[in-house]
Amino acid sequence: MEKDMEQMFQERIDKEIRIEPKDWMPEKYRQTLIRQISQHAHSEIIGMLPEGNWITRAPNLRRKAILLAKVQDEAGHGLYLYSAAETLGISRDEMYEQLHSGKAKYSSIFNYPTLSWADMGAIGWLVDGAAIMNQVPLCRTSYGPYARAMVRVCKEESFHQRQGFEILLTLSRGTEAQRRMAQDAINRWWWPSIMMFGPKDDESPNTIQSMKWKIKRFTNDELRQKFVDICAEQIKILNLTIPDPDLKWNETTGHYDFGPINWDEFWQVIAGNGPCNKQRLDARKKAWEDGAWVREAASAHARKRAERLAQKRA
Amino acid sequence: MKQYINKYYYGDYGEGKNGAADISTSGKTQHEWPLWEVFIRSKQGLDHKHVGSLHAVDAQMAIENARDVYTRRMEGISIWVVESKHIHASNPDDADALYDPANDKAYRHPTFYDLPDELTHI
Repeated sequence: MEKDMEQMFQERIDKEIRIEPKDWMPEKYRQTLIRQISQHAHSEIIGMLPEGNWITRAPNLRRKAILLAKVQDEAGHGLYLYSAAETLGISRDEMYEQLHSGKAKYSSIFNYPTLSWADMGAIGWLVDGAAIMNQVPLCRTSYGPYARAMVRVCKEESFHQRQGFEILLTLSRGTEAQRRMAQDAINRWWWPSIMMFGPKDDESPNTIQSMKWKIKRFTNDELRQKFVDICAEQIKILNLTIPDPDLKWNETTGHYDFGPINWDEFWQVIAGNGPCNKQRLDARKKAWEDGAWVREAASAHARKRAERLAQKRA
Repeated sequence: MKQYINKYYYGDYGEGKNGAADISTSGKTQHEWPLWEVFIRSKQGLDHKHVGSLHAVDAQMAIENARDVYTRRMEGISIWVVESKHIHASNPDDADALYDPANDKAYRHPTFYDLPDELTHI
């Protein structure tokens, strides 16, 4: 009987019929989505930290206002996604707890430090660029609430990437020291950004099922290649270099070849041994714990107000 | 006969329940603020449309949060919020019974009527 339902479910997916919260779905589909959407939400929330670091040190008011708006967007993206995950039957508090306990992962890129202002440029251009590459196909993902959240995210994300490129462009046309700063940021963020697409296809066990369920539309390696191809062209406008001696246009494949990725580093960072893993999680936990009295006070206030209102009516 | 098993996680919680938070298995959600569904009117003359949900202690906070979460770029000029537990939804399994009958009533559509070409403005 279960098999029968799974078959019907797959037929709906194949016909590009979106799945909505109350529809029947295989338990594994539900679990896969909860994992993916909540990880995605956590990444938006943790992703505020490396940039938040530079709000008070932005070089001028224009940059500060932009960075504030960008970080606020990321909070919003986290909330859209948490709300989509909640339709699958997990509570917000459960997701927070999974993040705080280390059970749930978030994008490993946010475990790298932001050492200079140019990092704001490199994050916008490369990290948000890689995120967009991942996210655009998710606007057509098979689960309705996730797809709708991603449409909103993608609309906002393109400003993030453009403001990042503008920061690098300004630096690249500045003094020698500014050019060096921009190049240094690109050198540090390039490889971690390439790793954002996740493990190679043959080492990504969930990919086949996720593609079959149309949660994913492209494999990790396909998206990674697209990203490299685009960046290899865009860097020319900055007149800077991508830190990969093997990066070369390949006439036969019609793509850029690129050098080997340090997967050991990738797995180390995922395992919690990146430069900032502890710092990020501690900051997040502190914010949650420090906010506890506010949440309680707001609940108490709402309760009292409702009681007063009920008394007045009586 | 095919059999469906549905899990009612979202919408249609019933009166006594408290939104998605209720189905939690960890038992650690007693302090979670209630869930609210947010509807936005994008411009004067259009309907309010569902955009997502958020947590808030009361309606006022839900509207304020909805403003920050869902209308940062002029997406709306009016916000409705309703606590998720008050939403009742139809069951997808009833879709055949609820919506199919419309198909065999073609005479409800204007194209059903075969009228002479010289008849205009109708």
